[in-house]
Amino acid sequence: MVYTVYDFSHDIAEILVAIINWVNNGLGWHGWADWWASFNTMHILSLLIQTIVIFAVSFMLCLTMIWMERKVLGRMMDRRATQVGPLGYLCNFADGLKTFGKQIIIPQGVDDMVYTWSTALLIGISVLCAGAVPISDQIFLLNYDVGVLFIFGLFCLPPLMILIAGWAGNCKYSVMGGLRAATQMISYEIPMLLCIVAVVLAAGTWTFVGLTEFQAEHGWFILPMFIGFITFFVAAIAESERTPFDLPEAEAELVEGWQTEIGGMRWGLVMLGDYFRGYVTIAMMVYLFLGGFAGPDILPGFVWYLAKVFIIWFIYIWIRASLVRVTTDIIINLGWRRLFPLSIINLIFVIAAKYWGWFGW
Amino acid sequence: MAEMWVNMGPQHPFNHGLWTLKVKLDGEVVTDADPIIGYLHRGWEKECEARLYPQIIPMADRLCYCSSMSWSHLYVMGVEDLYGIEVPERAMWIRTITDEINRISSHFMWLAAVGTDLGNFTIFLYGLREREIAMDLFVQLCGQRLTTNYPRIGGVRNELPPNFLDACVRFADHVDFRMKEHESLSVQSKIFQERTIGVGKISAEEAINMGFSGPNLRACGIPWDIRKKDPYEIYEELDFEAAVDNGGDAWSRWMVRLEEIKTSCDLIRQCVERMPKSGPIRVKVPRKAPVGTGMARIEDPRGESMAYVVGDGTERPYRVSIRSPNFVNTSLAKRLCMGYKIADIPAIMGTIDICIGETDR
Repeated sequence: MVYTVYDFSHDIAEILVAIINWVNNGLGWHGWADWWASFNTMHILSLLIQTIVIFAVSFMLCLTMIWMERKVLGRMMDRRATQVGPLGYLCNFADGLKTFGKQIIIPQGVDDMVYTWSTALLIGISVLCAGAVPISDQIFLLNYDVGVLFIFGLFCLPPLMILIAGWAGNCKYSVMGGLRAATQMISYEIPMLLCIVAVVLAAGTWTFVGLTEFQAEHGWFILPMFIGFITFFVAAIAESERTPFDLPEAEAELVEGWQTEIGGMRWGLVMLGDYFRGYVTIAMMVYLFLGGFAGPDILPGFVWYLAKVFIIWFIYIWIRASLVRVTTDIIINLGWRRLFPLSIINLIFVIAAKYWGWFGW
Repeated sequence: MAEMWVNMGPQHPFNHGLWTLKVKLDGEVVTDADPIIGYLHRGWEKECEARLYPQIIPMADRLCYCSSMSWSHLYVMGVEDLYGIEVPERAMWIRTITDEINRISSHFMWLAAVGTDLGNFTIFLYGLREREIAMDLFVQLCGQRLTTNYPRIGGVRNELPPNFLDACVRFADHVDFRMKEHESLSVQSKIFQERTIGVGKISAEEAINMGFSGPNLRACGIPWDIRKKDPYEIYEELDFEAAVDNGGDAWSRWMVRLEEIKTSCDLIRQCVERMPKSGPIRVKVPRKAPVGTGMARIEDPRGESMAYVVGDGTERPYRVSIRSPNFVNTSLAKRLCMGYKIADIPAIMGTIDICIGETDR
């Protein structure tokens, strides 16, 4: 058995319970000791601690990705980037504090309920997505049968929230940004889903761990399914609203797109949520095509996983530094006329490979 | 979707300067547009009437912060025409060099601004990086980065600092070298081509009728360059060709400006090689101007600019009037934007190179 985060949390929970019981005994409350030490209480405590640990890990991962983006982008643009703290790592925290100190401005005439809940749900779903992706066979929240499907299902909700948030902003820019976001994400989700289906068909499992094990045994899917990988890659960039597909927040014509009327800490969290979703697209890419956390045994799984994530992230940043933004018609054309057929070709190829048993599938 | 008016400005990321472009949108398609200027109207021409002739030179700098050297040069030429004085030859060479440096820095400022409009921050920073060297040259020359206050009625203010000419040649060589980088970022990018080719197209005939001038007119295939057609200073002694492109669209305007930067580098090198190494740089002029009119026109980085000065025998001008190329160019907003998408507007209006300081005066 591997030592997982759950075991770690369980150990911490045992220490906590021991302390609580010691205090209780000191106070003379002897009746509670059995309840604290019971299996259910320990289980719930461990799950709570595990959730906190996983959230902290994904949070730090996303902050590191933002830091890396700023640093690498800075170097590519021939300037020095963040300077606060060692290697500029603390700049994100400084920015977080700054947005935290901003006055919360809710514009006149917004639908208060929708305005508040759409952004809250958007942030929550993004964080949940990121937390539900395992980092290795040791660091995960849950190992469930339909991991990929669950993540993808969660991943389809943000466009709706963005559309609603844009509408609730009571501003022409944010409405147009929201509509653009919805159009773009819907037209890119289908090729994405078809790529996922192809991979799942080949591997015969929906779980992240299963996908990793299958690829460790039969070779990474990026080689046989290169078309699928490229399709997924382009769709993933569009899904996470990054340059060159950052139309929903196209600064030049729509100010900040659907985020125009969102201010203060709320905006900071929405921005962080964007990075969480960006991370989830990369994580799916790593699990579906790059063998997940599989790698030579000299290093633990999460190191391989993080290395793959950061390499893909570097390519994301590279693309952001070197391309201009596309326009709406190009983006829809690309989605429906290029990526959609390509993903179908990929799917047919996988079906054929599965039928005739190529690659040992 | 019903048609709606969207205000792009006066505070909007796409406006470089303070103006409004009201666009009527049918979905994403622009069906009507209405440029509104006047936010920056300072009564420039009226203020001039209350000032002495030399006092207007620093005011002329402030007509456009990107091309202050050309504007003060233009005003000074107008007054010299009124006085009927001959400028020493060395001063003419110096003015040509500074004008060309100014043209390069202005074009890089434009490149940077349109880079962000199109969604690529790298173009912005690379453009400003090159412009910074030109700014350093201006600091060496006259102690100021933007508002140079260098030309004087009857010459220029001060002798060139030591090693200035060498620095100019190094600058020209450096910019020539770096142009490859700029081209690879924009011109060679497929997405950039899709965003600019055929966008904001205008025929040569219409461009002439509407009063286009400068790089915008040359992008329609008309080789109209005041430096060639009505040579001032020592341009007729120099060997150069005005950059021309036939498309009449955003792409051609971009290409013409990039080509012009190279031409200006070449001109700087020619001037440094052929200019007299010593001689007077300024003649004394009387305080009181004669009764009469003076007119001058030069090739500003943005087009053909004209200055008209009326003297009434006192030490203050009776009337100063300028023709701003951008005043004319801005009025074409409706003609250029109609029928294109809102996402094309930054590419269309950006490549016109709008500077509001001179437009509103």
